[in-house]
Amino acid sequence: MITESLSGKRIAVTGSTGFLGTALVERLLRSVPDCELVLLVRPTRRNSAERRVEREILRNDAFERLRSQWGDEFDEICQRRVAVVSGDVSSEGLDLSEADRQIFVSCDVIIHSAATVSFDSPLDSSIEINLLGPNRVLDLLKEASATPHLIAVSTCYVAGNRRGAANEEFLAGTPFQVDVDWRAEVDAARRTRADLDARSRIPERLTSFRRGAREELGAAGLPMLAAKTEQLREAWVNDQMVEAGRSRATSLGWPDVYTYSKALGETALVELHGDVPVSIVRPSIIESAWTDPAPGWIRGFRMAEPLIVSFAKGELNTFPGYPEGIIDVIPVDMVAAAIIAVAAKGPETKPEVFQVASGSTNPLQFKKLLNTTMEWFREHPVYDANGHPTASTEWKYAGSSGLEEQLGRVVKAFDLAAKVINRLPIRGENSFTSKFAERRQNLDQIKGYVEIYGAYGKCEALYGIERTLSLWNSLPSKDQSEFGFDPSVIDWHHYITEVHLPTVVVQARVKTSPEKRTGPSRSERLRGAVLDPDRHFAAFDLENTLIASNVVESYAWLATRHLGTRKRVEFTLKTLSETPGLWRRDKRDRTDFLRHFYQRYKGAPIDELEADAAEMLSELILIKAFPAGLRRVRAHRAAGHRTVLITGALDVAVEPLRPLFDHIIAASIDRKDGKLTGEMLDVPPTGEVRAQLMVNWAIQNDLDPAQGVAYADSASDLPMLEAVGYPVAVNPETRLVTIAERRGWLTENWPKTAGAPKPLLPMGQRPRIRPTYQGAHS
Amino acid sequence: MTARRGLVLDVDRTTPPIVFHHGEGFRFEKLPTGSRVVYPNEPIDPIEDVDSAIRHALANPVGDSPPLEALLTPGMKLTIAFDDISLPLPQMQAPDIRGRIIEQVLDVAAASGVDDVHLIAALALHRRMTETELRHAVGDRVYDAFAPNGQLYNFDAEDPEGLTHLGETDHGEEVVISTRAVESDLIVYVNINLVSMDGGHKSVATGLSGYTALRHHHNVDTMRRSKSFMDQENSELHTKNWRQGRLIRDSDIKIFQIETTLNNDTFPSPWDFLQKREWEMSSKDRVMLLGTKKVLDKIPRRSARSIFQGIRAPFGLTSIQAGEVEAVHEITTENVYKQHLVRVEGQTDILSMGLPYLGPYNVNSIMNPILVACLGLGYFFNLYRGKPLVREGGVVIMSHPTPWEFHPVHHPSYIDFFEEVLADSTDPEEVEKKYEKRYAEDEWYRHLYRTSYAYHGVHPFYMWYWCSHALEHVGQVIVVGGDQRAVKRMGFRSATTMRDALEMATDVVGRDPTLTHIHNPPVLMADVV
Repeated sequence: MITESLSGKRIAVTGSTGFLGTALVERLLRSVPDCELVLLVRPTRRNSAERRVEREILRNDAFERLRSQWGDEFDEICQRRVAVVSGDVSSEGLDLSEADRQIFVSCDVIIHSAATVSFDSPLDSSIEINLLGPNRVLDLLKEASATPHLIAVSTCYVAGNRRGAANEEFLAGTPFQVDVDWRAEVDAARRTRADLDARSRIPERLTSFRRGAREELGAAGLPMLAAKTEQLREAWVNDQMVEAGRSRATSLGWPDVYTYSKALGETALVELHGDVPVSIVRPSIIESAWTDPAPGWIRGFRMAEPLIVSFAKGELNTFPGYPEGIIDVIPVDMVAAAIIAVAAKGPETKPEVFQVASGSTNPLQFKKLLNTTMEWFREHPVYDANGHPTASTEWKYAGSSGLEEQLGRVVKAFDLAAKVINRLPIRGENSFTSKFAERRQNLDQIKGYVEIYGAYGKCEALYGIERTLSLWNSLPSKDQSEFGFDPSVIDWHHYITEVHLPTVVVQARVKTSPEKRTGPSRSERLRGAVLDPDRHFAAFDLENTLIASNVVESYAWLATRHLGTRKRVEFTLKTLSETPGLWRRDKRDRTDFLRHFYQRYKGAPIDELEADAAEMLSELILIKAFPAGLRRVRAHRAAGHRTVLITGALDVAVEPLRPLFDHIIAASIDRKDGKLTGEMLDVPPTGEVRAQLMVNWAIQNDLDPAQGVAYADSASDLPMLEAVGYPVAVNPETRLVTIAERRGWLTENWPKTAGAPKPLLPMGQRPRIRPTYQGAHS
Repeated sequence: MTARRGLVLDVDRTTPPIVFHHGEGFRFEKLPTGSRVVYPNEPIDPIEDVDSAIRHALANPVGDSPPLEALLTPGMKLTIAFDDISLPLPQMQAPDIRGRIIEQVLDVAAASGVDDVHLIAALALHRRMTETELRHAVGDRVYDAFAPNGQLYNFDAEDPEGLTHLGETDHGEEVVISTRAVESDLIVYVNINLVSMDGGHKSVATGLSGYTALRHHHNVDTMRRSKSFMDQENSELHTKNWRQGRLIRDSDIKIFQIETTLNNDTFPSPWDFLQKREWEMSSKDRVMLLGTKKVLDKIPRRSARSIFQGIRAPFGLTSIQAGEVEAVHEITTENVYKQHLVRVEGQTDILSMGLPYLGPYNVNSIMNPILVACLGLGYFFNLYRGKPLVREGGVVIMSHPTPWEFHPVHHPSYIDFFEEVLADSTDPEEVEKKYEKRYAEDEWYRHLYRTSYAYHGVHPFYMWYWCSHALEHVGQVIVVGGDQRAVKRMGFRSATTMRDALEMATDVVGRDPTLTHIHNPPVLMADVV
């Protein structure tokens, strides 16, 4: 009956790139052979709607079954049966072109599954998409006087935080929903955004954003700090909007802004639908597929999985919920089948609600889920990077709020520690900071999941599915076997152990065997990319990237080389005692620091300086060098890349490193009568200037920055790192560790040579006559 | 008093623990009954009037050579080349014999009206010597007179204008030496012949040469066919050096060779217990030994290193001869053998050795793992005549801490060799084929060799080739008390104690193997019959 009824129909689907959307598209193409599909997809900055359909939908493993079934004809059939229209449900008129609009409104059925399913979206974006999205579809149809069957996908949880039965009925006008005017909610949400934006711009706030940017990036240069400040401002507004959403939703009895906006969306739809026939399908928590397109098929990391994986890895041992609570899970293929059945049945004059949920007919208790999971992981342990099985512990249950509080405290402690660490002069070389950043990120994730999940743990409603079941019972057995959506057939033990968990561990990419990884590690892959002959150039910072020294040390060395022993020690100690002050100045603004510091070179004879610098190579630079770094420079050359050194150090001092580089960009001081004047010739290469000089050099030499590699150690080098396609963080300071990790950059920890001499003070050795390198032939 | 000859001690129950050198420290090892310990000869009585001996040698040359004075004429170009920091070991107490000889040579030259004199540290691919080291070798007076105007300097084997290609031997070996030497009317080469491979044609043909020429004999094949390279009769290395040297001679380049031999007096007081036989140590020696060991075990390696590197040997001169290269070298070799050869009967299943803190390439530096391997398997293993001390398929046990440490200035290419090359393969042939050229021609290493104080980029390869005869000959190498990671990287096995090492060795040589320990240094060369 279903295939016949939908045969030859044109069916539009919104939200087709989502989990349910993809399942729907696949199911319709495979099980309803004669229908046509119109997919409304939002183009992104990088990809057009067509490209997204190709990449994100048709290439998904959901289509493996169809690909093998259709073989070579797959592309051709998709081409014929699938039309793509480019649009956006959060814009008026859906942002459709005239032609696309024609196609869209000509459909017989429209399945509106586009939504922001994130539970912590900002208030206004939830409103725009979840509440107003369906309205916009309606408007479009009304305008074209089209009356296709509009099936809106909602959620069982619109019933809110209540206990007991929640049936397939509209909530508006019942005691279960506070009587709020959805239009007023829309206005309020938009107004809140404007208010918060204004509040974010008051001087005190802006100052604090600027301070935040500096804390995060250090002396990264003005443009980058400004960009970061603005980013922080926007993030603040967004956070406030999230908070506004959460508090508005809970104040009205919904667990979160998602259900709140969805509920109001239903109300609006019912109020406005006019001649357009509407059905509403409310699934509960959608999880991996029971049978179609393949048992266990899942898209993305869903709700329970992150928690399950955290548990398996031993990162979490407390679960937000109660043992006897019911977790209402429904496999995605059942939801898709139910929607298709509703579409095939056709609409009634008054909008109908169909709930697709398991809780009332085949409940799954938390303790069943968790005990089964625990048993399964005992048999299939997860291994850590060293190949040791991680211990799975007994779950403890905590009311979600208790756990949230506990995690919140830990996160706070972590943030405080991070602030302290950021101020310490330690680096990534002991991997402590990098581990720290990793743990922090993990924690954030878990905390996020617990917050989300906790809200659902609190819902103790039982979702009735009478209407859905009567639709099921009305189906002929052929349809029932093809489009199963009766949740009572689910054997939970089988579902958890045979269907769900095996895919979860694959999706989460956890190790399920003790074997060491066979393929190259992530770092090895990144290193391979960095050294690929297709790269054009490699740019290196000097201090703490190639050598563990700085301009102050090399100055002290050079300046003391010709002093007597006592004076030498005095001078060096004096210079070093100024270090904290210099360091503070350096942190504030590197350019300013260099200008200030290089004045000390005033009057230095150039000849002598050059000869001394040649000796400094052996006595200071090589001793403090990172051999792996010097090896890398040459590996780049061997790969045919150009190499460039970009440093705030003085050109004379780095001259001995010239054989490593095709080009050196360094600070230079004006010369007069064979002496240095102490005045810098140009703006020294620091912060954004450094990035600019590097890019200019690249362009002048016909090299593409996108094919460039840059190595640096500090967040103040961000402009340089961001200017190339392949940034590498070397012995990164804490701030950079976090940034590099977040952006997936290669991180290298290059140590000094073990056994290298450790001179107490950076002092030059006085030559008794003159250096010996001047042989007969020089 | 005549010095006592070395001996082979058969260990019995009453034998005290043997003192093993162990880097910057020692170990005491109680060896199994029935083991043998080979002790070096005691120091030969030195020549008392060194200056007269030098004068005599210069005036009474051996072979087909006029006296030095007769070779010097006004206006001529004279080049005095001398052995570099790798000799002797340890550095000798001032005044260094090189300086004393050079002073006399310069006196004769001055008297003959020769002003165009260059003094060159003949370091081939070794690191440049520092000012302090040069001063120690030639003396302050010579240094101050010649260094300031550029007449005393380190040889530069990578100076594009500094080398002259003299031709090829009948075996196709290129001969390339210092242009200054070629253009000189006379080369005077001042040698310290610490072991039997030093000197002869090797002095100029190798010391004043570079990679192009050296690669013909500094390679795996040559080293595997030098059994041993310390034994001229059976050394392919020697043969090739001699062919190159004779081509130099036949190119009309005049060399006045001066060779010196030193006795075995290696350790000054208070370290002299290190050249005593354990059962002959006095109570004072024992207290010193135990006390020193306690202190060395406690202090950081860095400090221990600077203490040991400060040792200056009280070496005594045992002979000096000058004149024509081959004739001089024959006498020298005889004198070296007189001090070093110790007769040992038959081979052994297991050869053990305690490796000291010093080899030719870590003077004032760090003995990195590659140098540890080279000292044990290159030098100590090859200190034999006749047959190797250890039987084919036997086991070598070396005692050394083998830290994963490198001198960043002296040994930059060693660091990369260890991290990159040995991580890939420890097979000398494969290493040679796959990596040698790249390291030898690397711009950065060349730069560091020429302007800093780095061994040449190819040098670590030579160290590894030096081991290739031993690596082919023995069944297993075990390092006692070494850094496990570093030992493993080189393809050897680690043992914490000598007892464990012996237990591990039985896997290769069977139960109840024979064990011979060489008590070196002071240097000894086993004459295996």
